[in-house]
Amino acid sequence: MAPDATILHADLDAFYASVEQLLDPSLRGKPIAVGGGVVLAASYEAKRLGVSGGMSGRRARELCPNLTFVGGHYADYQRLGDQVIDILRDFTPVVERISIDEAFLDVGGAIKLFGSAIGIAATIRRRVREEVGLPISIGVAGTKHLAKIASQVAKPDGLVVVPVGKEREFLDPLPVTLIWGVGPKTEARLAESGIRTIGELAATPGRSLKHLLGNAVGDKLSSLADNIDPRGVESGRRASSVGAQSALGKQVVTPDLLQTTLGFLADRVASRLRAAGRAGRTVTVRVRFADMRSVTRSTTMSGAISATSTLTEVAIELARVALDDHPTETSISLLAISVSHLADQAVLQLELPLGLADDARRPGSEKGAVRWVADRSADAVRLRFGRNAIGYASVLFSDVGHVPDEFRELAEGHGLTTPR
Amino acid sequence: MKFQVERDVFAEAVAWAARTLPQRPPVPVLAGLLLEAGSTGGALALSSFDYEVSANAEIDVTVAEPGRALVSGRLLAEISRSLPAQPVDVTVDGARVVLSCGSARFTLPTLPVDDYPTLPDMPSTAGTIGADVFATAVSQVAVAAGRDDTLPVLTGVRIEIEDDRVTLAATDRYRLAVRELRWQPERAGMSAVALVPARTLADTAKALTGGAQVSVALSTGDDAGAGQGLIGFAGKGAAGQHGERRTTTRLLDGEYVKYRSLLPDNCAAYAQVETASFVEAVKRVALVAPRNTPVRLTFTADQVLLEAGTGEDAQASESLDSLFESNDAPVEDFSIAFNPAYLLDGLQAVDAETTRLEFTTPTKPAILRGGKESESAAHEQDLRNDYRYLLMPVRLSG
Repeated sequence: MAPDATILHADLDAFYASVEQLLDPSLRGKPIAVGGGVVLAASYEAKRLGVSGGMSGRRARELCPNLTFVGGHYADYQRLGDQVIDILRDFTPVVERISIDEAFLDVGGAIKLFGSAIGIAATIRRRVREEVGLPISIGVAGTKHLAKIASQVAKPDGLVVVPVGKEREFLDPLPVTLIWGVGPKTEARLAESGIRTIGELAATPGRSLKHLLGNAVGDKLSSLADNIDPRGVESGRRASSVGAQSALGKQVVTPDLLQTTLGFLADRVASRLRAAGRAGRTVTVRVRFADMRSVTRSTTMSGAISATSTLTEVAIELARVALDDHPTETSISLLAISVSHLADQAVLQLELPLGLADDARRPGSEKGAVRWVADRSADAVRLRFGRNAIGYASVLFSDVGHVPDEFRELAEGHGLTTPR
Repeated sequence: MKFQVERDVFAEAVAWAARTLPQRPPVPVLAGLLLEAGSTGGALALSSFDYEVSANAEIDVTVAEPGRALVSGRLLAEISRSLPAQPVDVTVDGARVVLSCGSARFTLPTLPVDDYPTLPDMPSTAGTIGADVFATAVSQVAVAAGRDDTLPVLTGVRIEIEDDRVTLAATDRYRLAVRELRWQPERAGMSAVALVPARTLADTAKALTGGAQVSVALSTGDDAGAGQGLIGFAGKGAAGQHGERRTTTRLLDGEYVKYRSLLPDNCAAYAQVETASFVEAVKRVALVAPRNTPVRLTFTADQVLLEAGTGEDAQASESLDSLFESNDAPVEDFSIAFNPAYLLDGLQAVDAETTRLEFTTPTKPAILRGGKESESAAHEQDLRNDYRYLLMPVRLSG
């Protein structure tokens, strides 16, 4: 039986330029370039006129006289890129991020939960548009290489699916330049032999290709064109901790602020742990005061937790301890939560009600089991309708919960897996 | 000090006394084994102590010259274990102990015997218990004790003595094992409780099966005599015939959990399986359940279906004959999931040809006990095998 097309290549369209247009609405619909002396990225409006990355600023202006150059908001690129990757990770932990704005996913294990790969791709595109505000193109295929080609064909803002068995039909008419690793030089050499499309390349006997391009390159090209690509999606080594932080400007500490902010952060961290089937025993909270000095407090529990409300409770307690130890500090500029000592927790081992002091925080206690069910129901709703579809009341009805995107500097790293 | 001893007798006594020596002693002398050759008759006492556990063995030797010496226990145990079957001669020569056996000869440095701590006194004897029954009962219960030192109370076996009945209990939150048995109390109507480190208790009970009886020494709350906060056990070693073995262990502090209320009076349904074939089947399907992912059991009237593995992962299933009866309304089938390691622990501890599993709901504890109902009623009479293993199930998904 042929495997299904379950590999997605998700690639944000003209990423830097799209972010600039998102941050400054007056730039939307206009040809813009990020950079100055050299074009680092161009919006689709500029690309249409021939402007492309790597081009000199002067050449770009010649091609497009009303081109607007904008400075790079790098912190925002990282933040928004991370948000998009977080959305991808809501569907599967098997996410291989290959740069700030693109990643491979294998949704083979997620289909039972969320329906077909095509449905998942469409939901991802809608959620990225709605929650982050950026256009993203996705290619769906049976191999990584083909998925990448499909996403290039899908651009801008599209979705292209290559069903298993239809690869040759899809590939044959495409230009050889779409193959990963075929640059202008290789293209020119192939063109000299009359090879312009992938179909023509595939029809060329392996030996002539090797003669044309050298052994290694020739072998690689012919197997790629024949849709041979055994590489799996590598989600990277497992991380040892999961964290989230939120910069607050400068705010006076109130019980409300702690509840809301830590509740929001705990929700992000805990739901990411659950998505990966993990839980952690050690919780660390960092409090940064208005003068930028920061203190951390941590606690290790007898059992690993992944419940949002348990993590919120523990985090608030830790923040309280940190604040009580520094009674002269009345305002804070940042809160962060991190969970470490991670262990697998895909199923819930229930516990006997022994009446011990830590029962309420044990995942398998009666209370823990109620939270387990509640969290998983919320996770399921969010996977279908997006992160803001459901939340804990205290977070949801506050400003923070309603517009989490307004949280500045929400740099949470890359989640449960670290790209290599 | 100078004595001669039979090789097997010596090797076995050294092994017993060196058994509890710490791997990394906090002070060097605690790695030592104390040899004391008495002046009267021919007895050798071998002792070890690490402030938690003390062990002491007495064996018959031929004493030529009384005296005492402290040597590395681990080294002495290894040497005595590998000696040829010949009489062993041990002599202190200055700061060394010379051990010769046949043509083999060992010279060991001694440790400063004056620095060695005094071994605790044995508390007064509280009663005696059959050595085999005790070893079985302890192993049945200790399996459920916690191993996580963050909550020391759960690493112990709770011992409750009420006249001629002893109850042993242990739990690690996931399962609770309770065993009741009879013993011979020193004094009628006595009542006492103790919390003993489970691992030490299990090792001790196993090592004392050489004789018919084990005597238990426990200082009861009201007497401020010797051995406060200690429990002591005395009996014979595996080979039995040579002298006495004694050990003391410091009790764990803290209030034990109120476990009796967790033992339900009745159940909604029960199943009966043939223990050995059920164990084999669980082991087989658990091969595809890595890292304690669950084994799912579905009981129908005369069969149980075992399944493990989900989705893309490897999967396994197996059916076995079993009886299933519901006490309330008739039930078509009943499904419940367990951590296979915990389930196997319970099945093996039940120590009976057939195992009875009692259920309430798929999220409430199941009870494993030995035998058919009629037999288990009979057992309740004489407490020969009144054992219950409560096991919390695994909740599958949302």
